[in-house]
Amino acid sequence: MAEVPGRVEARDLTKRYGDKTAVDHLSFAVEPGIVTGFLGPNGAGKSTTMRLITGLDRPDGGAATIGGSRYAELTRPLTVVGALLEARSLHPGRSARNHLLFLAQTQGIGGKRVDEVLDLVGLHEVAGKRAGGFSLGMTQRLGIAAAMLGNPKVLLLDEPSNGLDPEGIRWVRTFMRQVASEGRTVFVSSHLMSEMAVTADHLVVIGRGRLIADCSTAEFIQRSSERSVLVRSPDRVRLRELIVAEGGAVQDAAGADGDGTPGGGEGMVVTGLAAPRIGELAASAGLVLHELTPRLASLEEAFMELTADSVEYGETSAR
Amino acid sequence: MNPGLLAAEWTKIRSVRSTVWSLIAFVVVAIGFSTLIAAVISNTWDRPGNHPNHVTLLTDPTGLIFGAGFGIGQLAIGVLGVLVISSEYSTGAIRSSLLAVPRRLPMLAAKAAVFAIIDLVCSAITVFAVFFITTSILSSHVTITLGQPGVTRACIGAILYLTVLGLFALAIGGIIRHMIGAIATVVGLVLVVPPLITLIPGTIANHVHGYLPTVAGSLIGQTSQQPADVLSPWQGFGVFCLWTVVLLAICGYLLVRRDA
Repeated sequence: MAEVPGRVEARDLTKRYGDKTAVDHLSFAVEPGIVTGFLGPNGAGKSTTMRLITGLDRPDGGAATIGGSRYAELTRPLTVVGALLEARSLHPGRSARNHLLFLAQTQGIGGKRVDEVLDLVGLHEVAGKRAGGFSLGMTQRLGIAAAMLGNPKVLLLDEPSNGLDPEGIRWVRTFMRQVASEGRTVFVSSHLMSEMAVTADHLVVIGRGRLIADCSTAEFIQRSSERSVLVRSPDRVRLRELIVAEGGAVQDAAGADGDGTPGGGEGMVVTGLAAPRIGELAASAGLVLHELTPRLASLEEAFMELTADSVEYGETSAR
Repeated sequence: MNPGLLAAEWTKIRSVRSTVWSLIAFVVVAIGFSTLIAAVISNTWDRPGNHPNHVTLLTDPTGLIFGAGFGIGQLAIGVLGVLVISSEYSTGAIRSSLLAVPRRLPMLAAKAAVFAIIDLVCSAITVFAVFFITTSILSSHVTITLGQPGVTRACIGAILYLTVLGLFALAIGGIIRHMIGAIATVVGLVLVVPPLITLIPGTIANHVHGYLPTVAGSLIGQTSQQPADVLSPWQGFGVFCLWTVVLLAICGYLLVRRDA
């Protein structure tokens, strides 16, 4: 089977911790040359999936491959995959340079490359200092330096901008876009839709360990923030027939919008049809409209709505 | 073995302070206590009364010389053996290590090899330093030389014992992973369990005691087999090596099987 070198693929990936299923028959593919966002609420299984891809945890079912090989089969894994997992994956008593040096030695990478990646992330000045004294932002940069050490084709980044200041977040974003433009695979997890909207070209969305969406960011935004129109009309039965005949979907707004506004009980929410078209339909049939309001969900709302059923620790969950 | 992995483990072990401090503690405690004990024996040599030490110096000189000083000093080796692997778990560094060596066993092998060499070198220096310092302190009362039967074997044996002890502790550190728990286990096995077993009456308890890892292992540091010993020096060392090999095998199995 011909495999794309930098392609990351999960097939039917499953992981249970005790009786809790963290990743549930998850399948997706991550392509090279673009930034792929891995989106889901906290506890959705993003970090677990990253750990399964890199072989830190053993899947209970399914498999994850990189360019067709399992991670453990890679002879010099850091030259194929660079991973930034949990921020603290280093000994606080060890200097940044020695942390990178031992990693380089395991791969047969020369010490010169250590200095290169220290320069890349701007840590040259503090390379001899103990990593335990680093700020969270510096620790993240060191993690990115470690990920770039082997000049890998694939980058796996788990919440890389967690705890970073705006400057740091911008730096990470620029960095990801740049390495993707060099043809690398970038797979980056986040629980913030707004962040992924400006960074990722493609999205893999999960909730409770299951796949919710696997599509381009533009498509996801369009799909999930689908326009709806609030319509109020005294002739709503006839109007409804016209809208449905035209291909729109109608829901009674009484439940959702029974907010005491005048004309309560005559409202409905229309999706799949734009406000001007509804207006035209009403006019052509001579129907009176009391309200015609286009509504646009914010990205964050749309994401929350989409994943609402899958939030692990929602407000309503019994404890 | 991949030389890069050995170099990496060397970098890891030398680049944290706990390594240096543990080794300094070992050398200082072992030499300090041994010297102190030899000086006390020498200064009280002519006092009237019973001197069981004097008899021991004739029958088993290295057993006495390496007794108390190494009995305490060896704890530093045990702690270092645990730290070498469990500190990776407590700090999260294990994730970086296993991302680099996902097959895992080569990392454990390289770590054990590098630590064994460091342990061996430090132990050799300390054992011979203790031997020459204490024998020269006692030289006006008793002559102990490497040429006497069993003495050279006992010195080399003490070095081997301390080296295997390090690997024994490393295996426990890798099995338990939790630093404090592993250190407590090693200290318990070395210091607490053996005297407790001797409190149980009967020959079975006596044999169990004789086969405990460090009880059996430390026999190799004696000049000759003593009447109370269940095993000969080499037999004892063999038993200790067996304990260590089994524990290392369990450690390796769990390292591969468990989630990091």
